[in-house]
Amino acid sequence: MKVNRRQFLQRATMATAAAAGAGAFAASASAADMINVAGIHDLSGGLDIYGKPMVDALTLAVEEANGAGGLLGQQIKLINYDTQSSMQLYTQFAQQAALKDKVAVVHGGITSASREVIRPVLDKFKTLYFYNTQYEGGVCDRDQFDTGVTPAQTVEKLVPYAMKKWGKKVYVVAADYNYGQITSQWVKKYVTENGGEVSSIDFFPLDVTNFGPTISKIQAAKPDFVWSALVGGAHISFYRQWAAAGMRASIPMASTTFAVGNEHIVLSPEECNGMLVCYNYFQDLKNPVNQAFVERFHKRFGADYPNITELAMGTYQGFLLWAAGVKKANSIDRLKVIEALETGIKIDAPSGVVTIDPPTHHCVLDVHIAEVKDKKLNVLEDFAQQKPADTAAVCDLIKNPNDNQQYVIKF
Amino acid sequence: MDFIALLAIQILYAIASLALISIGLAIIFGMMRVINLAHGEFLMLGGYAAIVATSHGVSIWIAMLLVAPLVVGMIGIVVERTIIRFLYGRIIDTMLATWGLSLFLVGLTTAIFGNTTVGISAPLGSFEIGAYRASAYTLFVIAVAIVVLAGVFSVLRWTRLGLIARGTMQNANMAAALGVKPPRVYAVTFGVGAALSGLAGGVLAPVSGVFPTIGVAYIAKSFITVIGGGAAIVTGTASASALFGAVNQIATFATTPVFGEVALLAAAILLIRVLPQGITGRFFRRGI
Repeated sequence: MKVNRRQFLQRATMATAAAAGAGAFAASASAADMINVAGIHDLSGGLDIYGKPMVDALTLAVEEANGAGGLLGQQIKLINYDTQSSMQLYTQFAQQAALKDKVAVVHGGITSASREVIRPVLDKFKTLYFYNTQYEGGVCDRDQFDTGVTPAQTVEKLVPYAMKKWGKKVYVVAADYNYGQITSQWVKKYVTENGGEVSSIDFFPLDVTNFGPTISKIQAAKPDFVWSALVGGAHISFYRQWAAAGMRASIPMASTTFAVGNEHIVLSPEECNGMLVCYNYFQDLKNPVNQAFVERFHKRFGADYPNITELAMGTYQGFLLWAAGVKKANSIDRLKVIEALETGIKIDAPSGVVTIDPPTHHCVLDVHIAEVKDKKLNVLEDFAQQKPADTAAVCDLIKNPNDNQQYVIKF
Repeated sequence: MDFIALLAIQILYAIASLALISIGLAIIFGMMRVINLAHGEFLMLGGYAAIVATSHGVSIWIAMLLVAPLVVGMIGIVVERTIIRFLYGRIIDTMLATWGLSLFLVGLTTAIFGNTTVGISAPLGSFEIGAYRASAYTLFVIAVAIVVLAGVFSVLRWTRLGLIARGTMQNANMAAALGVKPPRVYAVTFGVGAALSGLAGGVLAPVSGVFPTIGVAYIAKSFITVIGGGAAIVTGTASASALFGAVNQIATFATTPVFGEVALLAAAILLIRVLPQGITGRFFRRGI
């Protein structure tokens, strides 16, 4: 059959229109019987050491929910966005999730900087937001839930523990953005309250890789131990250079960020053994819920999966809390779910019981102090059901539901 | 006193690492006038070459000092033959082409190695100065920088190869008339520049770790050093590294790393304002 150009164009146009029509129909069909959930995480770039385990945990949580029949009789569709460690993409993808995908909830944001980028966007478009990372505390926003631990839950425990073990003089090194700036102030507060002294706080942009001068300065200050709130792939070189300078034998280290990106596996045992950390979740927690979870996780992602991180568990628990809220509200409507969560919803999670604290939208949960030992994290001490006292001191969303800001620690 | 000695070593180290990351670019940009925006990625590839070789059981010294420069040198020759040779004298086009190459190399390494930081522990342990300790590897980096600068200087100054290279860069047609094959000289020179970048990447890998986008951290500093140094390759790189490294490190000691970087950039702006032709445009004019 001979086809001239005009006929060809006509047919092509018709075919395209038909395909587009079919596409639109398929999209509307799936939108009708599926609940969209967005995950916005850095899957590449310097922060992917945190983002990849978070997305794996979210994927497992959604698959398990769908396997159990979905939510409200509907299947859940997980839409993952890779923000490539770039703040511009956070704005763009948050808008896309809210306006184009019309998601019921956004889980995501890793650094506090990225959270503060997408929080106003999701507020504006009235989309519920779960931030599942351990962070510096103080966010007070009724549209948002923060399921990670904050300094009053971790730093408050780890500071006296480390001071008792090593001494009273502390040198703080921290990442140079809101997380490091605020967290280091909390460290200073708790060190001072426990009768110690912070000799200096040094900040580093996320791309700094040469820590030589700082290591010399720390030696000159002669602290009893170093506190690290360093973040991201580039900052791993601090621990390497610290070990290479032979400092590990003389000055020990505690951290609010170490091992969250599996640094304890990337580095050799000689470079980080003995470091103290304090988080909500460790893979080796001995409770039946966790042991069953680890088994399911390994079945899904392989038994050689390096380590289920604090942030991965935060994300998994964040999704479970949201799902529990949806079930209780019997709706995915934003306000109804918020009200259901504000009844103080409780889940039996792998890290222990996790309860939403209604006035702060943060969580009451267990924390543990652990020590890095040969690429593992050995739990040394447990603290049951810790309240987010730092945020609670300044934030009450039941009394002031329209409050919307991040409170910063003041001395 | 001990602290001053430690400070001096740190300053020397800053100078040495600036010189190392810049010398390859000094050859490619300074001699050949090719604005190689993929320079940072050559350093990154050197780092990966060293780490991959080490993880396959090669001695870390061979991996850093031989494998890294050989691998990146060969990549450099391939790049020169397939992309750069069509673009000599077209500065904007080479910028575009090498920028594309840089994105391609970042994407390729991300696909192969994943976007995570990999690294090897620095060998050699540490040494003591009075009450202070420092990594012995710092001294090794300083030594490598001295050897590399001295080596490049000797080759350019005293060998027939260096003479031919310098002659070809000055006047390719005249060199061709005298029986030299400029395309071959260009390819070799580009390859040597790339190899030196690979060496720097390999030697610095144990200090900084390697990830696909690490080139970004290097490229601005190396361009600033090469432009600040001016026309003479070795003297220019050495003098600009000495100036910027010292400014950066002293400011870092006195304040924070952020102000250290600011001081480096401020020094660079001042220098270019006062000496638009770089340091060797005014001093050491007969240097190489």
